Amino acid sequence: MIQARIRKTYTPREDSSGFMLDLEFQAGAAVTVLFGPSGSGKTLTLDSVAGFVRPDEGRILLDDAILFDAATGVHLTPQARQCGYVFQNYALFPHMTLRQNLAFAAEQRPRLERHRRVNEMLERFRLTEAAGRRPHEVSGGQRQRCSIARALIGGPRVLLLDEPAQGLDAPLRAEFYEVLRQVRADFKTPVLLVTHDLDECFELGDEMIVLHDGRIVQSGPPANILRAPASLDVARLLGEFNLLPAEIRALDPSRNSSRVRVGEFELDGPYFPGRLKGDRITICVRPEQLTVAARNGRPGANQIPADLRRAVERPRWVRLEFSGGIAVDLPRAEYERQRDNREWVIEFPPTALRAL
Amino acid sequence: MHIDWFPLWLSLRVAFVSTALAIAAGLPIAYILANREFRGKEILDAAVTLPLVLPPTVIGFYLLVVIGRDSYFGKLWERAFGSPLVFTWKAAVIAALLHSLPLLVKSARAALESVERSYERAARTLGASEWRLFWRVTAPLARRSILAASVLAFARSLGEFGATLMVAGDIPGRTQTAALAIYDAYNRGDSTVALTLVLIISAVALAILALANRLGPKLLGRP
Repeated sequence: MIQARIRKTYTPREDSSGFMLDLEFQAGAAVTVLFGPSGSGKTLTLDSVAGFVRPDEGRILLDDAILFDAATGVHLTPQARQCGYVFQNYALFPHMTLRQNLAFAAEQRPRLERHRRVNEMLERFRLTEAAGRRPHEVSGGQRQRCSIARALIGGPRVLLLDEPAQGLDAPLRAEFYEVLRQVRADFKTPVLLVTHDLDECFELGDEMIVLHDGRIVQSGPPANILRAPASLDVARLLGEFNLLPAEIRALDPSRNSSRVRVGEFELDGPYFPGRLKGDRITICVRPEQLTVAARNGRPGANQIPADLRRAVERPRWVRLEFSGGIAVDLPRAEYERQRDNREWVIEFPPTALRAL
Repeated sequence: MHIDWFPLWLSLRVAFVSTALAIAAGLPIAYILANREFRGKEILDAAVTLPLVLPPTVIGFYLLVVIGRDSYFGKLWERAFGSPLVFTWKAAVIAALLHSLPLLVKSARAALESVERSYERAARTLGASEWRLFWRVTAPLARRSILAASVLAFARSLGEFGATLMVAGDIPGRTQTAALAIYDAYNRGDSTVALTLVLIISAVALAILALANRLGPKLLGRP
């Protein structure tokens, strides 16, 4: 379990604008994901835990060990932190074979045990055949498994991963997720992973911490965050939402309903606690929560007419982009059924609307 | 035609020894310059580089002040070994060292800095001490460039003239290196000997530079 309170300021200079990292979090889940766009401070956070970066203020605890404490001046070296780190480029030593890479990491152990441990890891990560080859002579998947094996061989207290799947093609990515799931089951080492890929958060994360501009804007299980983004910032960062400016026209807590005006149309929604009539809000709704239909005369309840601008076809679903910047995701079969519509209406299920 | 080969052997011996010393002294300096942040870091770099730009006679003068027979160090040496340091081949080594060290430190610093940081970081998270990290990761990854730097330092030592003349003298059969022998032979009007030595030295230097170029550009350890 990591408990961290980190503050670090970078003063603006000629070649860089300033930046402030200021956050506090706990990572105790099997896999905690630090999610955020580039420049949000996620790698900086990871490097503070690993000991590559010294924060200005705060305190970092790993289980019962103090890794960093500004007040008492404790700043353990990376060597003393027992953190396994998997780098973006894997950083396997290019002049050593895979076996030597593992042995290097196990060098503190007695010779016989080291040998046994290296063989065990080679086997577990299906590297025995490639053990005598150097990193540039093996496949991408083998490199990746070797870097994870190397990080784990010394028995770290936490495994840190910096955008480990970035730049991988789909099969390799799937393989990597599989390996990490295996690691999770076999090693019980908590994982702190940095990514800017939302799919990865869902694929791997038990807990997710959303970073924006050096601060934590929301944290929780990925599904919860997607269901209920805490702010407009979070919704924008996740990039999965239709965000429509609106005005509250009516609120009725007793029937759990509301009425909002979007552009020139009015929609029924759920009751929005803490909002007042006349408030300007942003309606937040995911593309797959919307449905479409062919327009027949006047639009019905909770329907907004719109022009189809573009249909982006994907293997399993189709994204329809409408005028007004509204996106709708349809299953392929549904799209096939409706593709010949001349005019469209978008239907907003009242319960799907959220106010931000 | 009689050619005395001693100057050539002496030059090679001086160059070998001074290169070895330059590596021994230069690598730690290069390591510190590449890895540590401290006040006066660039001043240290400049001080080490200074001999590259100073006239050799200035170096020779400084050396005489520091290791001459009247100097503190010179007296100490004489008491310890029974004979003066100046006007021996060892003094020629010191003169050559001062000229090869800057080259070595400069190129070795660049070589060490060019090693991808993530390898060193990885080694640290894996519990490797700074010492083990240097010898097992950084140095092997930078070894081609360091080797190239050493070869250049060797070539530079081979050609030292001015400072050598001042601190080691030009004693035939004792401290007369090839560079000095060429000057002597030319002054004597013995152009055959001068030309022979000139051609040999040129050929050796050319071969060395070719070797350094082959070693230089290919950096190991790029992902």
